Amino acid sequence: MSTETRFHVLAVDDSLIDRKLIERLLKISSYQVTAVDSGVKALEYLGLLDDDNTRADPNSVRNSKNRHEVEVNLIITDYCMPGITGYELLRKIKESTSLKDIPVVIMSSENVPSRINSCLEQGAEEFFLKPVRQSDVNKLRPRLMRGILGIKENLQNKRKPMEECVSPDRTRTRYNDHDFEL
Amino acid sequence: MQRQLANMRQSLFDQGYLDEQFIQLEELQDDANPNFVEEVVTLYYRDSARLVQNIEQALEKNPLDFNKLDGIMHQFKGRSSSIGAKKVKIECTQFREYCRSGSAEGCKRTFQQLKKEYATLRKKLEAYFQLARQVGPVEKACRSK
Repeated sequence: MSTETRFHVLAVDDSLIDRKLIERLLKISSYQVTAVDSGVKALEYLGLLDDDNTRADPNSVRNSKNRHEVEVNLIITDYCMPGITGYELLRKIKESTSLKDIPVVIMSSENVPSRINSCLEQGAEEFFLKPVRQSDVNKLRPRLMRGILGIKENLQNKRKPMEECVSPDRTRTRYNDHDFEL
Repeated sequence: MQRQLANMRQSLFDQGYLDEQFIQLEELQDDANPNFVEEVVTLYYRDSARLVQNIEQALEKNPLDFNKLDGIMHQFKGRSSSIGAKKVKIECTQFREYCRSGSAEGCKRTFQQLKKEYATLRKKLEAYFQLARQVGPVEKACRSK
């Protein structure tokens, strides 16, 4: 396996079980994984907290000097988290000049079309319904590969109509054994 | 013993204790991670114990804070869903409906049922993993992929 295609994924989820699951799913696909349990820790890892803090935090996971050393190719985050939600994390990433081109995937246990749409509008690459499966993770590779070739063109075509807000082949999200949460 | 294990496993599905998410977990298990499913289930019971306790405490308040209860149950349901705990999940959904309709009686009753299912599943899975460990390598050799 070529080491050039070893992508680094940052996974964000406050649930220990879901972190373990997503980590395993990603590692099976040969991704390098860093898993954190909150949006704040994700921002810290990405170096985004330094923009807001005028004073250096000696206990910070990373400081701005190291920002460029860590390369993240994809961020996958839970939507419902205490503190900063996945949506807020997404927004902060897309507002950052240095990080806005990193694809962000949102995961949620609730199938709420308005939620899905607002995430996609905010620039999320994909929206996965939990529990996340291997088939979901398999969808990521072409997008990551595309990222290498030029993600800007890809992101320009992100406006999907409401009916197609979730991939059409993902019949699971509509009529499946998941409870349909209103 | 292998047949016993297979039967035990099948009955967990047939009786509705587990759904296909459990199979998804099994598929994440391999020779490098031979105990993945058991690890996840152990984590589930350890992690969700706190949530059960929180609900327990919240149900003792008067009047009930249905929003808070719904929030905790949302988390609990999510974790249960991640391991394929089908019957537990059903009780979670029922509980959340009672939260939405503001039925204290419904919540309390459903929670008792939920705890029962939660405990029953734990016992069944413990027995299953114990037998799986005994069958162990032999079972893996015979399992066709």
